[in-house]
Amino acid sequence: MSDTAASSFVRQVLISERTAPVKVTGFVGFLRTRLFNSPTNILLTLASVLLLWITVVPAFKFLLVDAVWTGKDRTACLAENVGHVVGACWPFVQAKFSQFIYGFYPEPERWRVDLTFFLAAILLLPLLIPRLPAKGLNAGLFFVAFPVVAFFLLRGGGLSGLGVNWVTGLLSGFADTVSDLGQKLTRAGEATAVIGPLLQWLGKLVVLLGAAVSGLVWPLVWLNGQIQGASRPVWVDFAVTAAIVSLILFFLGGGFRTGWRILLGSIATFAGIGIVIAVMGLDRGGLPIVDSGLWGGLLVTLVVSVTGIVTSMPIGIALALGRRSTIPLIRFFSVGFIEFWRGVPLITVLFFATYMLPLFLPGNFKIDGLVRALIGIALFSGAYIAEVIRGGLQAIPRGQYEAASAIGLSWWKTTALIVMPQALRHVIPGLVNSFIGLFKDTSLVSIVSLFDLLGQVHASFADPIWATPTTLFTGFAFAGMVYFVFCFGMSRYSLFVENRLNAHRG
Amino acid sequence: MTTDSIVGIAELNKWYGDFHVLRDINVDVAKGERIVICGPSGSGKSTFIRCINALEEFQEGRIVVDGIELGPQLRRVDEVRREVGMVFQSFNLFPHLTVLENCTLAPIWVRHVPKKDAEAAAMKYLERVKIPHQANKYPAQLSGGQQQRVAIARALTMNPKVMLFDEPTSALDPEMVKEVLDTMVDLAKEGMTMLVVTHEMGFAREVANRIVFMDAGQIIETNTPANFFANPQHARTKLFLSQILR
Repeated sequence: MSDTAASSFVRQVLISERTAPVKVTGFVGFLRTRLFNSPTNILLTLASVLLLWITVVPAFKFLLVDAVWTGKDRTACLAENVGHVVGACWPFVQAKFSQFIYGFYPEPERWRVDLTFFLAAILLLPLLIPRLPAKGLNAGLFFVAFPVVAFFLLRGGGLSGLGVNWVTGLLSGFADTVSDLGQKLTRAGEATAVIGPLLQWLGKLVVLLGAAVSGLVWPLVWLNGQIQGASRPVWVDFAVTAAIVSLILFFLGGGFRTGWRILLGSIATFAGIGIVIAVMGLDRGGLPIVDSGLWGGLLVTLVVSVTGIVTSMPIGIALALGRRSTIPLIRFFSVGFIEFWRGVPLITVLFFATYMLPLFLPGNFKIDGLVRALIGIALFSGAYIAEVIRGGLQAIPRGQYEAASAIGLSWWKTTALIVMPQALRHVIPGLVNSFIGLFKDTSLVSIVSLFDLLGQVHASFADPIWATPTTLFTGFAFAGMVYFVFCFGMSRYSLFVENRLNAHRG
Repeated sequence: MTTDSIVGIAELNKWYGDFHVLRDINVDVAKGERIVICGPSGSGKSTFIRCINALEEFQEGRIVVDGIELGPQLRRVDEVRREVGMVFQSFNLFPHLTVLENCTLAPIWVRHVPKKDAEAAAMKYLERVKIPHQANKYPAQLSGGQQQRVAIARALTMNPKVMLFDEPTSALDPEMVKEVLDTMVDLAKEGMTMLVVTHEMGFAREVANRIVFMDAGQIIETNTPANFFANPQHARTKLFLSQILR
């Protein structure tokens, strides 16, 4: 035996490389180290293979091997005609495909839906690819210009006026509401015993306020009347609005010193609006109106989910900040709002928005059924997004706020430049989770008689021409695949964004 | 208050709830003066220095920075913060921005300097703290010492009249302390007015005009470095020095 206590050692000959006694690389290595390396793992591997066998193989058989690919009606998908067990009945999907996409959107007008999809794609894709330039302009076009264009494309109809008309309508509506409220109060005061005089007095004050507002609005009403009396009211209103808004922006932006760029931007924006009005003929009544009740299929699914996702983000950010505000009123409002919408099921929200809301609104005030559902979904998911974002806000250390204060950034700038960018990065997985949930929850709108993709698929089962034993499964398989493509796409894209934005974590 | 005073602190008192953290603090700092504040932990030195740019509120007294008065209502916070740069113990760089973006953020968004000019100025300051070649890296890719030097550059880009340092080397590995202290010494040589909370007595001896010793929320002793180390007056000061100097 050698002397183990010896503390000095000098190697004379270097040991040369040897191959491993068992194979640890390649496929065999993988099998050995990952799949069959212990009794438990052998059992788990076998169980997984079995599970795959009993799920994947029948699915594969149903969707591809036994499936019927061509045919004109149900007879093509019946076992007695085909001669073997029938899987998916794809001709059914083929025949109903346009319904699944457009719903009952009138056939001659469907190019409008296609055009909207096309515009969305060419505006969204460059926005998603980080390498491409002009993100600001691109985002402006997608988030501001596109929704307006899409609205007039999908729904149709034209404009009766622009800024002046809208502001006048809004303000005189407000004045009327105030006067109305005052009169109601006065009448309530006459009928009430103890606090009656007080109510009456308050009512008169409110009526007076309403009158004062109408007085202030009067010049605007006059201007609007003049414009509407002109031969081409939309264009006159357009010119007046463009001039007023541009001038206001010019002086807010620093007037003759630094306002020129803003003025240029404003004029360019209005030029864009003018082009849209001219091309779409909005001043001449626009495209024929297609009532949203006729919309359906993937169109409704996409309209509802994209609007929901895009509008719930700002709502969520505002609520998350509000919930952490130091101003009690804002905080209580945010907490109340979030807890209310989170505590109510989406179905209730949709029912309420569709059937109850019209009862509360003044008589001359009508909102489209789809818009009501959209508002309900936006507020509902806004509350969820708010809590996700709040989680991100809590991860921002206090030192970040202090450093931002110390270099003189205001609260707004600190939030916009320091806190939000970091908070949102932290919560990308949670946000995408909510978005995917929202995308699939849109199928709930079918309970308020809006036919989204799933609703449309479901409705088509009633067609006797295609009533076969496998129609139901085929339809759901198709719907499932469409949902999967969108959700999986969102998931993959979010992973990509995460990896890119988290480059700074070193 | 003398005419060349740039920071004047009079009768400053602060409470955390019922706890009296700062008691009757009176300090006048002349333009170009370097003051080192030291004392045992919990003595209120960080709280004191953070009051000067209103990161902490106070209940009594007044602080005047370059003629801008900051009372307990903190009305002119924004003006004061524009004149005062601050360096933190934990750097507090913005992790989602590159080094260069960290340094151009405030000039662009607070002083409205055009981006190109802000970048040129930031590069000048990064050269001064000797890390211009790291400009496009993210803070997490730098060592602690480098991060703290970026933090100093970031504060300098606002052209502050006064720099506050809140234990700038306490979170650093011993090897990196020197590079940060060297940067601070350079800054002092250029005539910057500095208030430094630190335990680096070597730095205090070399750079400070005055050393302020604090304990239990009050100033116990103020003296020149030579006198402070050689001839401390108060018993508490003597005890403190005997514990940190071996």
